[in-house]
Amino acid sequence: MPFITVRELTLRIKELLESDFLLGNLWVKGEISNYKKAASGHIYFTLKDSYSCVRVVMFRSRARNLQFGLENGLSVRVNGYVTVFERDGQYQLYAERIEPDGEGALYAALEKLKQKLAAEGLFDQASKKKPPSFPGCIGLVTSPTGAVIRDMINILRRRWPAVRIILAPAAVQGETAPEEVARGIRLLNQMPGVDLIIAGRGGGSLEELWAFNTEIVVRSIAASTIPVISAVGHETDFTLSDLAADLRAPTPSAAAELAVPDRVEIKRMIDMHRVRMTRCIQQKKAVYRQRLEQCAKNRVLARPLETICDQRRMVLDQLERQLGKVVQGSVKESAGKIALLAGRLDTLSPLATLARGYSLAFGPDGKVLREARQIKTGDSVTVRLHRGVLKCEVREINKTNDS
Amino acid sequence: MGNNKDVSFEKALARLEELVSKLEEGNLPLEESLELFAEGIELTKKCSRHLEEAEKQINILLEGGDGKPVLREEDM
Repeated sequence: MPFITVRELTLRIKELLESDFLLGNLWVKGEISNYKKAASGHIYFTLKDSYSCVRVVMFRSRARNLQFGLENGLSVRVNGYVTVFERDGQYQLYAERIEPDGEGALYAALEKLKQKLAAEGLFDQASKKKPPSFPGCIGLVTSPTGAVIRDMINILRRRWPAVRIILAPAAVQGETAPEEVARGIRLLNQMPGVDLIIAGRGGGSLEELWAFNTEIVVRSIAASTIPVISAVGHETDFTLSDLAADLRAPTPSAAAELAVPDRVEIKRMIDMHRVRMTRCIQQKKAVYRQRLEQCAKNRVLARPLETICDQRRMVLDQLERQLGKVVQGSVKESAGKIALLAGRLDTLSPLATLARGYSLAFGPDGKVLREARQIKTGDSVTVRLHRGVLKCEVREINKTNDS
Repeated sequence: MGNNKDVSFEKALARLEELVSKLEEGNLPLEESLELFAEGIELTKKCSRHLEEAEKQINILLEGGDGKPVLREEDM
């Protein structure tokens, strides 16, 4: 009988195992023990029940998609394949997927994660951000197909048409869901101008909603600098995302209602403001109009001529009279003076002397005759009387020394 | 993108509320009241215009090759 090497034996067993249809893809239920996460990121543990145990390894590439935290004592369902680890000659279960086994396990895992994240302060009320009253741009993280997204878009557009919508499509259940939802939230945070994020999905079983209970999604919500509204499932469904979100909406449709105001309501409010302002200003005007009318009734304004002009007219009349008096007085005085002066002038006039019977004689040369020797016999002499002139001829001259 | 318009809508509405309560207090001089009233009417027009704005297109946000967000227009 020929010998075979250990290696040959191992390879033969390995071939045998790998040729088995069931061992190539199976689900195994059991409880975790000897759990260990290596620095490489690979996960090692023993899956056991009351009779047996099997070694399980999950490589880092798979472990990254784990939707909950593993720990000793947890009941799980492991999906994968069985083969031999040649170096140790040991068969192992290579896990592709691990799920909590049954609702009890699911809740236990959920509670564990909740306590861990709560201890880190991810659910603190103090760090909640207030969603804006009038978001200009809303990011939606949900499945791009189905009724949920259509309903949300319809409600958003009906209530506030001016809102801009950016959809970050994400699977909301299944293996890739946690990664895709978290990525959507992260990408929206990198977009400038996004005011609000709604992350959610429609109703489903606890397993179907599970993505919103995963650490990666909860952390992405807590890390968002943009306010996040969680909108997962129905009214009664609670997820860790709800705890991390800034606001929890009972359903996706309710989230859309919460996110934007109703245009009709706002319009009514603006109209109301206009009415109130108009009423105020009209009341104000009425008050002033009344004051104005009160003033208008005042005598000064009601009969302005009487109060303003007539009084002044009176003063003016008086002044006029005074002026008249002054002028008249001065004229009379002047007239008296003139008469006096004229009298005096009269006494000096030679004509007055003529009136008393004297006359003036002028020689042929027209000069006044004062002495007889100024003239010869036969000369013509002009004699000026008080009234009239005589042309005379000198017949005789008697020279005297009369002065 | 920068939604300054929406910020200004919120501000305009807040200012409008402020004007209404100032006017309703009623102890302002007429001239100032009229000024506030004129400003308020302008604001109601501005806000109403904003409300009449048409629906916007929906964008789809995807991750680009460099991990940066990329927008795609979509008619849904």
